Amino acid sequence: MSNYVEMWKNLNMDLETHDALCQVLPTAFGDVYLSQENRPEGMGFWDFVVSEIHGIRPSELIEAQKNGQKVFGTFCVYVPDEVVIAANGIVTGLCGGSQFWVPGGEKVLPKGTCPLIKASVGARLDRTCPFFRIADMYVGETTCDGKKKAWEILGQDVPMHIMDLPQMKRDKDILKWADEIKEFAAVVEKVTGNEITVEALNEAIHTINEKRRALARVYEARKAAKLPISGKDALLMMQIAFFDDPKRCAQMCNNLADELEKRIADGVSVFKEGTKRILVSGTPMAIPNWKLHHIIETSGGAVVCEEMCTGTRYFEHEVAEDLPTLEAQYMALAQRYMKNNCACFTPNSGRIDDILRLCKEYNVDGVIDVNLKFCSTYDIEGYTVEKALKEAGIPVLGIETDYTDADAEQLRTRVEAFIEMLG
Amino acid sequence: MRHFIGIDIGSTCTKTVVLDEEKNLVKTWLLPTGWSSIDTAEAVKKELDAANFNIEKCPVVATGYGRIAVPYADKTITEITCHAKGAMYLQNSDNLLVIDIGGQDTKIICVENGLVKDFVMNDKCSAGTGRFLEVMANSMAMRPNDLCALAEFGGGVHISSMCTVFAESEVVSLVGRGEKKENIAFAVVDSIVKKVASQVSRIETEKMCTCLTGGLCDCDYMKKALGNELHCEISSQPNARFAGAIGAALMAMNIKGKGEER
Repeated sequence: MSNYVEMWKNLNMDLETHDALCQVLPTAFGDVYLSQENRPEGMGFWDFVVSEIHGIRPSELIEAQKNGQKVFGTFCVYVPDEVVIAANGIVTGLCGGSQFWVPGGEKVLPKGTCPLIKASVGARLDRTCPFFRIADMYVGETTCDGKKKAWEILGQDVPMHIMDLPQMKRDKDILKWADEIKEFAAVVEKVTGNEITVEALNEAIHTINEKRRALARVYEARKAAKLPISGKDALLMMQIAFFDDPKRCAQMCNNLADELEKRIADGVSVFKEGTKRILVSGTPMAIPNWKLHHIIETSGGAVVCEEMCTGTRYFEHEVAEDLPTLEAQYMALAQRYMKNNCACFTPNSGRIDDILRLCKEYNVDGVIDVNLKFCSTYDIEGYTVEKALKEAGIPVLGIETDYTDADAEQLRTRVEAFIEMLG
Repeated sequence: MRHFIGIDIGSTCTKTVVLDEEKNLVKTWLLPTGWSSIDTAEAVKKELDAANFNIEKCPVVATGYGRIAVPYADKTITEITCHAKGAMYLQNSDNLLVIDIGGQDTKIICVENGLVKDFVMNDKCSAGTGRFLEVMANSMAMRPNDLCALAEFGGGVHISSMCTVFAESEVVSLVGRGEKKENIAFAVVDSIVKKVASQVSRIETEKMCTCLTGGLCDCDYMKKALGNELHCEISSQPNARFAGAIGAALMAMNIKGKGEER
């Protein structure tokens, strides 16, 4: 990584501990990513971003702050980026995906909290992630009990706005979410000092739709019989999409999609024939959590799709463009975001429909339903997911895991056996 | 005559078998795995050499958690697939529910029409495995199989916890308060049986022949207690502890080229 020490010092980071993190990441990335063969050239952009993960984007954000822009840190795909962008603000994802931050979170949270929450809280309180230092405001939401209570702890250290996400999908719940978005817009206007106009919001909606279309194009290429890209590479693109500038993200994803479409036309595949096509469903995989994808793709499988927040939930469905009033725009945003199917909703049959549909679209041989330890909503929903898949004749393997590598070999045995079972 | 070798390196025991072209079980070996799977693989090689089975000529498949430590294996296959194959061979049936209580994990495998249809394994926790039994037997200064046999004469005591470490301290408390040995033995076996039954309940299956493989296959009381809990007869075969290795040797028959007459 280039020299960002001054910047990290100014962010009041714990440099000594942060150094330890910076030292392990390149090795992990080399083992998991650079060992792959025949990767698309377009992945060079994301390889570069990872090599400078705590430097290049943070320095852009700090430059933007110097020019008066505000940075909002978010943790969930229900929080509408459009509103922030319309007020000339910047959104960055903040979800922690490394075991490195978990012990820091466990200083204040019970051990039986999901690793994503523990890592996120640890990254903030231990001052070992620049993104967590840079954000002017954190935007939380009420998707699960663990997060709700974690916000109270983070809120003692950093300004927070919490959006109250309904957990049913009746008409009145969508109205309520539109109202929450409107309230969030008022907070964003206050923090940024910029008014959100119909025109600005339209433009922001268009920008994010373009980003969604670009991500969807890459996913579309993964439907091909000969896979032009590995699941690991697609996951990396997805993970970094949460941190990058949305216009650059769209451009890079479109470039990658161009290359992948050409590969499909030329019959280029990164897997040998007969590799089993796996859909991974369940809880999100925040960067640098590549554990399960790596195990699958080194055990005779290829991940062709992620039914996850770091996957289809992030880009499926667009927001209606060119609406004449803010009220109509907030409603359109609410309608789109409420189409996301998170296990925090009840009932959540839409998610089952999504999984069955994706299995067909991506011509899947089997599904691995994964949940992060202590995420009770996804864990409990796993029963319904597995039941529906078995009824549809699609083999499924349920897995519970966390960010540690301690269970890697047990997982490998299960995944290998599952792939052997697919024949 | 060609021969096919299956090696199952488990956490406690290493099982090796040789099958001939007619799938007859020609030879079996049982070795403690010890602390190094690599050394164990070397010891297996010596045994095979001494019995005149040449690993250069015979196809070899390795399975079990130490499967990657066998440098001379032509192929590695997981213990799930191998146990299923081995159990089908031993039971002479294509439709089975296989319960394998191994050293560090317990597997439930549903086999339909000769294919693995579904399986579950215990998580990291060793409750309900051979290791659980071993730890409990140690704390009672007994051998695992003797503990199993003694359990038949006990009753009335239960270990509430499913965690090996906590369960051990419960056993220590029971010993401390002077509980009869057979009652504690009963509680230990009962705990394993309940844990295994809860895993079986995760697999949706029609009533089918249920068999026990792994190191506890000749423990009659374990079969009886499991059968009572699952409301079915638990079948087992004398060589069921070799099920994984037999499955591996059967899979070795699919390896083309090696050792064939030219």
